[in-house]
Parts: sequence; structure tokens; C-alpha cells
Amino acid sequence: MDVTIIIDSLPSLLKATLMTILLAAISIVIALIIGFFTAIVRILKVKILNGIATTYVSIIRGTPLLVQIFVIYYGLPQIGISLDPISSGVVALSLNAGAYLSESFRASILAVDNGQMEASLSMGMTYSQALRRIILPQSLRIAIPTLSNTFIVLIKDTSLVSVITVTELLQMSSLIIAKTFEPLTIYLLAAAIYWVLITFFTTILDKLEVRSSKYLVR
Amino acid sequence: MSIIQVKNLKKTFGTNEVLQGIDLTIAKSEVVVIMGPSGSGKSTLLRCLNFLEEPTEGTIRIGEFQVDAGGNKNRKRKKEIRELRKITGFVFQSFNLFPHKTAIENVMEGPIIIHGTKVEEARILAKALLTKVGLGDRCDYYPAQLSGGQQQRVAIARSLALNPMVMLYDEPTSALDPELVKEVLQVIKDLAREGMTMIIVTHEMNFAKDVADRVIFMDKGVIVEQGTSEEIFLNPKEDRTRQFLSIVE
Repeated sequence: MDVTIIIDSLPSLLKATLMTILLAAISIVIALIIGFFTAIVRILKVKILNGIATTYVSIIRGTPLLVQIFVIYYGLPQIGISLDPISSGVVALSLNAGAYLSESFRASILAVDNGQMEASLSMGMTYSQALRRIILPQSLRIAIPTLSNTFIVLIKDTSLVSVITVTELLQMSSLIIAKTFEPLTIYLLAAAIYWVLITFFTTILDKLEVRSSKYLVR
Repeated sequence: MSIIQVKNLKKTFGTNEVLQGIDLTIAKSEVVVIMGPSGSGKSTLLRCLNFLEEPTEGTIRIGEFQVDAGGNKNRKRKKEIRELRKITGFVFQSFNLFPHKTAIENVMEGPIIIHGTKVEEARILAKALLTKVGLGDRCDYYPAQLSGGQQQRVAIARSLALNPMVMLYDEPTSALDPELVKEVLQVIKDLAREGMTMIIVTHEMNFAKDVADRVIFMDKGVIVEQGTSEEIFLNPKEDRTRQFLSIVE
């Protein structure tokens, strides 16, 4: 193992890490929006949309992410929808994480005691006022641990996008290995970067969980 | 004019008719205690008055707002139900305070959201109400930091903040440790003295004797008999009432 190889390849790897972060960040934002609305549609049992939402969640959770990526990148062009690799990656990752997040949101909203909704309604609030002011703030706290889990998985899953030629962290590692023939060093380096990245995000979310739970402390 | 009028109220869960046609008229400032064995429909009756349960049949009028049972859930009817709820305070057995808000925020929530009161005005009102229920020094406590009795008093203050015409209590002391029951009942008694119209579902017999203008005894979804507390407790006419009282006492 040669230290100079680490020093030489680190700049490229860190640059590729930015692509990993970019993929994860955009996908998380889109996934949160998809997940939230899917959960609301399913809880309110909105006509037609509920069926679509349920099918979406079922299909996404019932198929491998890699297959979803292939369908979007290699399959869709056949019906005239061509996305570049990065967009394909973002679409696949957000649809995937969105389905899992919708289940977390749904469970966490349903986990809030029914008495909270009754108390809000009995005051004369509308359903959406009650949801916004009383139910969602409480369900968010319940959701944070599972959200945190989905975020971790999403960051790791960005590595799958390497198969459609997006030069993110894993793809870059493979490119460097092709030149240096040092798979152990480079892959361990990549692993270390993933680990730092994920530890950073989990620490933030843990802090958020503690903060949002302050009202439960006696 | 009566403040509450219930006509032929029925509620069915599946094949189980929990309320079998209740008629009830309540005058302004009247304090009515509803008693009865569990499953008699007393809580369901109270919850129907606030449309927390949708009645199957009948009519409910509170103040000037009248809503018929079993109507479809269109916008107009939803609004009528909201109007009816706004003038009705509801106190739950399990308090149902908002755990993520402090005591004073719990009380401020209604005025701000329902009446559009400015935050500072709402704070002054809430502070006064919490002081009234003896919790002026607990404004910034979260519900988890309060005892059950204190939580229920905050819940009463929260209902009062909307300046209701009527207060409904669904077994307000049943979830409390015995030593905390008194402080909650005292708050309700004070309100009775001020002339608040109230319906109270409770098992607290002595409290009923003290405070009730009228006691209603319910069983199996019907009003078995009603009268002053003396009439019901000392000279019950019906066997079912006598049986219930002998078990409770």
C-alpha cells in the first residue's frame, strides 16, 4: 500500500464525492415531497389518487433499485423518453426513496394519538388546520429515526448509479483502480469517505431528534 | 329559549344501537350530570353533541346552530358542524393536551387559529384563564411536566379560551389519581357558580349532588329517568336506577 497513491487519488475521489452528495441531496428533497404527498393521499384515501399511490409504493418496494435504474435509463428511451445519466439517477433514487419515506410518514402520522385530532376538531379547527398545527409537528418527531434510516440508504444507493456511467464516488474509484491496480487501497478509501459522509448526516439528524423531543422530558 | 336541543338522536355501531332516540333540552346555565353503567351510551351521546361521533338519526341544536344527523359531508354541513363546535367546549377523559406546546400555548391555540386573535392578546387571555384554574405559575410547562389534575385544568382553560356557550365533560376525572380529582371538580364547580351551561358525564356521585341542577340516568341507549339529584339519588323510581346506585355506593 502506497501513501502517494492515496494522496494522488484523493482530489479526484473528493470531486466525485461532490457528485454523490449532489445526487443524494436533490433526490432527498424530491423524495421528501413525493413521500409526504403520497402519505397524505393514502391517509385521506383520496379517490383514484389513493389507488395510484398504493400501486406506486407497492411496485417500488417490490422491485430492486438496480432494475428501476435500468428501466429508467435503458428502457424509457424505447418509448421516446431519453434522460441523461444524472437525471435518470435522480429520478430513480427519488422515486425509490419517496416510496419508503411515504410509508414512514404514513406510519408516523397514524401513530399520533387519535385524541389529538379529536381535541383539535372539537375546538372547531378544520381537518387541514389540525393536521398542520397539531398532528404533523408531532409525527415529524416520530418519523425522524426512520427518516434517518432512509437517508442513509439513499446515500449508499447513489453508488448503484455508477452502473449508468455517472461519475460518482464508486465509479471514480473504479476508474482510478483501472489505472493504478490498487483495488484494496482505493475501495477502502471510498468506503471511508462514505462512512464519514453518513456519520455526518446521522449526527445532524440525531441532534434534531433530541431537539424535537425536548417537550417529552419531565 | 333552551341552549341545547336534541331530538330523537340515534347512533348505531354496526347492528348495535347505542343511542335509541334521545330527546334532551337544556336551559341556559343549567348543569346536567349524566350517569349510567358503562356501555349505556352516555359518552356516545356527549360525543354526538360535538359530532366527534356522527349520529345516525336525529337533530342537534346548540345555540343558533342546528345540524341534522346523517347528512352528507359537503362543505356547507362541515362548516355548520365547525360553527357548532366553536361554541362548545369539550373536555376529554384523557385530557388530550397538545404535548408539543406549553400550557399557555395550548390555551392560546384556539383563539389564534379559530378566532384570529393576535398572539399578544391571546397570551394575555390565556394567562388569565390559567390563573383562573390555579395554574398561573405553570404557563411555560409542557404537559408532560404537569400532573394529571393540572393537565385537566389546562384542558378546561383551553376550552374556555374559545368563550363557549356550553361545556361538555366526558368523564373528566376518571383518568386521575384519587387525590387529584378534587382540584378538577373545584374548577368545574366554580364555573357552575358563574352560570356556565354544562353537561358532565361522571361517576362522582357526591360531586353530582353538589353541583347538578338535573341528573340524568341512562342505560342501554335510553334515558331511564331524570330529575334533581335528590329525586334520583334518594327516591329513584326505576329499578335499573336503584340497581346502579346500589352498586356504585
